[in-house]
Amino acid sequence: MPLQTPPLRGIHDERGAKFTEFGGWDMPVEFDSIRTEHTAVRTEAGIFDVSHMGQIHVTGPDAASLMQRLTSNDVTRLDVGESQYATITDEDGVILDDTVVYRLPDEDGDATYLFVPNAGTDEATHERWIEFRNEWGLDATVDNRTDEYAMFAVQGPAAPELVEDVIDGSVADRSRFEAEYAAIDGVECWTARTGYTGEDGFELIVPWNEAERIWSAFDCQPCGLGARDTLRIEAGFLLAGQEFDPESNPRTPYEAGIGFTVALDTEFVGRDALERIERDGVEEKLVGFQLIDRGVPRHGYDVTNTDDRVVGTVTSGTMSPTLEQAIGLGYVPIEYAEPGTTLRVVVRGQSKKARVEPTPFIDTA
Amino acid sequence: MSFDVPSDRRYLESHEWALETNGTVRVGITDFAQDELGDVVFVELPDEGESVTQEGEFGIVESIKAVSDLYAPVAGEVVAVNEALFDAPELVNGDPFGEGWMLEIDPDDAAELEELLSAAEYEDQIA
Repeated sequence: MPLQTPPLRGIHDERGAKFTEFGGWDMPVEFDSIRTEHTAVRTEAGIFDVSHMGQIHVTGPDAASLMQRLTSNDVTRLDVGESQYATITDEDGVILDDTVVYRLPDEDGDATYLFVPNAGTDEATHERWIEFRNEWGLDATVDNRTDEYAMFAVQGPAAPELVEDVIDGSVADRSRFEAEYAAIDGVECWTARTGYTGEDGFELIVPWNEAERIWSAFDCQPCGLGARDTLRIEAGFLLAGQEFDPESNPRTPYEAGIGFTVALDTEFVGRDALERIERDGVEEKLVGFQLIDRGVPRHGYDVTNTDDRVVGTVTSGTMSPTLEQAIGLGYVPIEYAEPGTTLRVVVRGQSKKARVEPTPFIDTA
Repeated sequence: MSFDVPSDRRYLESHEWALETNGTVRVGITDFAQDELGDVVFVELPDEGESVTQEGEFGIVESIKAVSDLYAPVAGEVVAVNEALFDAPELVNGDPFGEGWMLEIDPDDAAELEELLSAAEYEDQIA
C-alpha cells in the first residue's frame, strides 16, 4: 500500500527533513537534529506536523451516547470547548487506542464531538463506531475526516505567545484542554491547548488545503517525530503500538498507569472487566526507569530482576536529551514497580543496572 | 544534501573509513553515517590489544534514535582507542573524519586496504 503523505511533504523536504514511515504515513522524523528540536521545545517552542493523526467527527441526537459507550472517560462532563483524554477499550478492558475527545460547538442543537485516533487506526475506529451505532440503533452521524485536516502542534513555554500573536482573539485565559474555533491568518482552525510533549502548547486542526498558510504563520523550530518521541518519553506519555497494542502488548488502562481515563460510573464497552480489575488490582504495571550503567534501553529489550530472571520488557527507551540520562518505560510485576527498585536491562547481551523512577521524568507544564 | 568523502582514505560499504598512516590504520565512520544516525550519545569500543577481523564487529555507536554496529575495515590488533569519545561522543557528529576517529589498528596485512571501496566508489554508493 502506498504511504499517505501529509499536505506539506514537499515543503518539509525542501527544508531538509528526513522522513520515516509511521502508521502508514510518510512523516518528517528529523529537520535538524533530535537534540536541537527537543531542546527548542523544552526551552522555547517548536512546531510539529502531526497530520498522521486521525479526525473522526460525531454528531446527531445520540452522539453523546455513542461516544460515552465507546470511550472510557465521561463525555457528559465536557462542555462545548472542553476536551478529555480517553481510551477505547474492548470487552476485556484492553486498550485498542488512546485519544483526545473534543466537544465541538453543537450542530443543529446536538452535542458534537471530534476525536483524534492514532496514525493508521482511523479507518478501523470509524468502522467500530458505525458498527456499534447500528447495533445499538443510535441516531448519530460518524464521519472520518482524516483526509480533510492537517494537524500541527506548537509546543513549548513560548508557544502560547506565538499562538497569541497570530490568532484572531486571545488564548491568554485558555486552560489546559480548552479548545475553540479561531482564525489564524484568516483560516478557521480548531485550536486546543493540548499536546504530547509535557510542555504548554497548542494543537491546531486545520483545513488540509490551508495547511501551508498555518504552518508558515509560526516562526519557530520545525520538529519531527524523533523529537516528539524523546519529549513524550520524558513526559511518561504512552505511544500506541509500544506501551499498548491489542495484539502484541494487550494492556488495560490500569496497567498502563492511566486509570484516570476510566469513568466506572458510566456505561462503555470494557467497563465491567475494568471494574473487576480495579477491584482486584493489577499484576503488572508500566514504570519509568533510568539506566545506571552505560547504555541505552530500546523497545523490546528484556528487563530482569537482580537474579537475572526476566520479569518484563522495555516498551520505549532513549537517551534523554534533557536529563542526559538513558531512560525508558516498561511493564514489570508490581513487586518491582516501586520507585527506587533496582532492576536490570539486557542491552545487546549485557546486563545493565537500572532503577525505577517516578514519571514524568521531568517537570511538566 | 552532499557529504564529505575525503579521497585520502578507503571505505567499507557499512560506512566506516580507513586511513593508513605510518603503518597503522585509523578507523572511523563517515559523514554520511553520522548524519544518518543523528546525535551520537554513546560509543562502545574494544580495548587496546584486542584483535579485530576484517568486516568483523568491533563496537557500537549509538545515537538518540538508533544503535548501529561498527565493522573493522582490516584485520589486526587494536593499538589505540579514541578515549575522548567516551566523554564527548558528539565529536563523531562534529568531525567524523578527524577528531571523531575511533580506533587505530596494526594491520595483519596492509594489502587488505586495497579490497576496500575507493572514495569514488563509496560516493557512488551513497549517492
